[in-house]
Parts: sequence; structure tokens; C-alpha cells
Amino acid sequence: MSAAVEDTFESAGRRSLTLPFTGIWRNGLFAAGTWALTAVLTYGLPDVITWGATELFAAAALVGAGIFLALSVTVHRLGSVGRTLVHYGPWFIVLGLWLAVWEVLTAKLGWLPKPFFSPPQGLLHVYVTDWDRLLICIAYTGRLWGLGFFSGILVGFAGGVALGWSKRFAYWGMPLLKLIGPVPASAWIPCTFFIFPSTFHASIFLVALASGIPVAILTAAGVSQVNRSFYDVARTLGADNRFLIFKVAIPASLPNVFVGLFMGLYYSFAVLVVAEMLGAKFGLGWYLQFNTAYSAYANVYAALIIMALICAGLVRLLFVARDRLLGWQKGIL
Amino acid sequence: MALALAEANPIESIALDVEGVSHRYDVDGKDLQVLDNVSLTIAPGEFVALLGPSGCGKSTLLRLAAGLETATVGKVLEDGRPITAPNPDRILVFQDATLFPWRTVRDNIAIGLEARRLLDTKGYRIDEVLKLVKLEGFADFYPHQLSGGMAQRAALARALVNDPKLLLLDEPFGKLDSLTRLRMQNELLDLWKSAGFTALLVTHDVEEALLLADRVIVLSDRPASIVAEIRVDRPHPRRRDDATLVALRSQLLEKLGISHDV
Repeated sequence: MSAAVEDTFESAGRRSLTLPFTGIWRNGLFAAGTWALTAVLTYGLPDVITWGATELFAAAALVGAGIFLALSVTVHRLGSVGRTLVHYGPWFIVLGLWLAVWEVLTAKLGWLPKPFFSPPQGLLHVYVTDWDRLLICIAYTGRLWGLGFFSGILVGFAGGVALGWSKRFAYWGMPLLKLIGPVPASAWIPCTFFIFPSTFHASIFLVALASGIPVAILTAAGVSQVNRSFYDVARTLGADNRFLIFKVAIPASLPNVFVGLFMGLYYSFAVLVVAEMLGAKFGLGWYLQFNTAYSAYANVYAALIIMALICAGLVRLLFVARDRLLGWQKGIL
Repeated sequence: MALALAEANPIESIALDVEGVSHRYDVDGKDLQVLDNVSLTIAPGEFVALLGPSGCGKSTLLRLAAGLETATVGKVLEDGRPITAPNPDRILVFQDATLFPWRTVRDNIAIGLEARRLLDTKGYRIDEVLKLVKLEGFADFYPHQLSGGMAQRAALARALVNDPKLLLLDEPFGKLDSLTRLRMQNELLDLWKSAGFTALLVTHDVEEALLLADRVIVLSDRPASIVAEIRVDRPHPRRRDDATLVALRSQLLEKLGISHDV
């Protein structure tokens, strides 16, 4: 609760002044320490199970420690980037510790055995040895996701506006949407095989469906909830239906649309694995299944981390887009 | 007759005729009558106040005049022509400013011109009305950054930029604090005098009606019918302790069913 209150104060631009620090960034020093610990443990203790990339991982951790050491005296010269780094200082410390514990429990003591668990060096080994295939998979998944997501949200948005605006459209469309909405993506596979000319089209359809439905539902809700007096005002000022839809209904419902977009983004990632079951030759989802089948869980974890990072990056982009389009909401929320 | 008057008037304004209007709403299947055989005539350039208890149907009359709805029975005419649809010649200003929160003050004021594709030829009017309502410095502010009085002034500017011939005001100052309300009443009066539009003000504030209007029409409780009509022949600016106004005030309060001196 108090954190939420602090957030509101910060977003209102009211931040109490702190003295500019010029000395040493203590958390940076600690982070350098924990990362160095990881490096020492990785290099110094013998591997119980061979994972490869032991020296490389130790070196990488050491480089990390070196960077934090350098940052601990220079971070205050980096402006806003520096402030962000300082903000996440405690995370860097814990991350170093986490890597050390993870490394010891898996590779060094073997308490968490192969193949179910992988130490960080095992993941690094996957990235180093299988990077070319991973890159191709990222490209394939990117193509499928991009085509599916954008066609999905486009149709979902247009359909949502129609559903929210027209009573007749809502009469026929809403019950259908409510029926289709909860059906899991995999249930569509038999139909899609029949309807679509290729499995790739079918995969696109599944991703589009997953991302389009929440956008459609929330857009429809947003458009139908627009304050009636906005329409009255616009009509007395001479607005026609076109103006009412594009200049009143749509901008007024954008906050809802963005909630739908966030949901659609998460659903679209969740459905990727299913979509790539349909005879895909490459792709992160395919990579996950392929390696699960061979119990190569290190590869599975490595691909999962990539997916999580991409998804987080896209969410971040969506936030930027939202803040630009919905800047007028500041102070209302 | 009304047409001739409009033509004779150098400033553009219109006459409004309400002829035997009754209006009903269907509320959850129940028939609700809000207006009962209301007839009134407003001359071009006149300032008329409609006074009545809350929820009596005053606002409905304005919605009919704006063309947002059509009367169940009877006719509403502008310069003798029936009103069937909204038209920027007749603009309604609501109790809430209802500015579009996603548009800046300037863009809110531009809505009428934008909707009629007049932005290129008439865009210069925006700066004029901004000055008129003293919001020059706030053109790029968003509505949530404005105070209640400023928002209501912006709403007024949004109406005035279209050069309305009839301004319909639905308790426009009802939610403002009393000091702001006094200031806004004077500003409205100045605008009315300089722009020359016909004004129809709905209010439940007796003093506001007396300070502003040429004529005060008292409506009964729902379904509203006309109870009394009082001409206020006093020059502007009026003082609220003017003896004539004080007398009219108790007269109006009596018509509204409040007989004691309040």
C-alpha cells in the first residue's frame, strides 16, 4: 500500500531531493564481490558432472565483476543510465549470489542432477555451441509471431470497434466471441489443418486468434463504455458518424485497447509452442519440443530464457507506445 | 415574422419557438412524462432563463432545442423551421465541461471546426476565442490540468468558436465554487453582449437567473409545464441587492413553492 502511494507521488513528479552522490557506489562493490565469488567457485571447484564451458563461464563472471568494480567509481558520471544501474544495485548483488549457489548445487555438488537441471555454465555452453540454430529459430519464430500477432490485433481491434459500436453487430458477434474466447488454441488444430492451405498459415491463425480475442473483447468493452455525453457534445458541434467513431469512440477506448494488447501479447507467446507443433521446421517453440523429446533440458532452459527476454522486451516496447499515446491519462490514473 | 426579425438583426441570432411540446421517456419499460404542453417564444438575441426544481425536465427542453432528440408531441422551431437534427448553429453547453480528456484545450476547441472541415479557413478563430475566455496561456494543457472554472471556460470557448446563433446552457456553472460562478456569470454576460447570440439558460439558481436573463420562465415539477413568466427590465450590470431584483426574487421563490423568506 505504502509502495503504491510512493509510486503515485513519484509519477506526479514529486520526488524528494537526495544529495548527489559523488563517492563510491557501495552496492557496485558488493556486486563485484558476489560475481567474483561465482568466478572463483566455478574455476576453483572441480565439476562433478561435465557441462562444458567451465572456464568460459568463470571468465564471463570475472568480466562481470570487473565491470561492477569499474562502475563503482564511475557510475555517478553516467547520468540517467547510472541512476538506473544504482536503482538495480541490490539485484546485481543477489544475481551474483544466485549464480554462485546455482553453480555449486548443480555442477559442483551434483545435488540437482543432469539432465533435469543445468548450471549457468551449461546454458552458456548451449549458447556457444548451438547459437546458429538458435538464431535461425529466433528468426522463424519472429516471422510467425509478427505475422500472427499483428494480423490478430488488427482484426481484433476492428472487430472490437464494430462490436462496441453497432448493436446489431454485437447481437450476433458477442455470443460467438464468448463461445470462441475460452477454447484452448490446441483445440483448433484439427479444423485449421483442413481450412488452411499450409501448416504455416494454420500456425499464423493460431497466434492471431490468441492475440486477437482479448483485443476484440476489451476494445468492444471500451467502445461501449464511452461516456454518452461525449457523443452528445460532438454531435451538437456538427460531428458525423465517422467522426464519432474515429475521433471520439476510438480515442476514448484506447486505455482498454492497451489492456487487451498486453493480454494478447502474453497469450500469443504462450501459444507459440502449440503453433509450432504444426510441422514447423524451425522456431523457438519447435526447439523447445525437439529438445524436450531428447531430454536436452539445458537447451530447453536456454531457449526459454531467450523467449522470456524477447517477451519482456516487447512488453517494454508496448509500455513505451502506451505512454506516448496515452500521455493525457497522467494525473487521471 | 420571426424570419423578418432575424434579417433585421445585424448580429446573427435565431428565434426559438416551442409549440405545445410534451415529451415522454421510456425508462425500464415505464412511461415517464417530463414535459407537459410547454409553449414559449424566444426572440433573436434574447437571454431567457428557465428556472425549475432539479430533475423537472428543463434539460430535456434544451436537448430538444439542440436537436439531440425529437419531441413526442408538439414542435420546436428555429426561425420557423422545425429542428430535426443537431446543428452547430445551436450549441449545448453542459453542466460538466465534458472536454475530451485526450485532447488539449486547443484541440478540444477545434472539434467543431474539425468535424465540419473548416479548420483551414476558420482555424484563426481558435486563438480569438481562447483570448475571449482568457485561456491563451493554457492552449496546450490537457483537461485534467485545468481547474473547474477553466474547464468550463474552455467548454464555452469550444461552443463559441462555431459562432452559434443559439447558445443552450444547461446549468453551466452549477458545479463551480461560488466565487468562480460570479466571475463566470459576468463573463457570460459580456460574451452574450458582444457576440449577440440568443441564449437559453437552464438553472435552479434564482439569483443567477435574475442577474443574467431578460426573461425568467418558471417551470413546475415533473412533468414540467410553465408556471410563470417574469420580465426583468433592469440594465446590466445588475446588483444583487437591487430593490427590484430582491422583490422579483421572493416572487420567483414563491412560484417555486418556497413561500418564506429564505
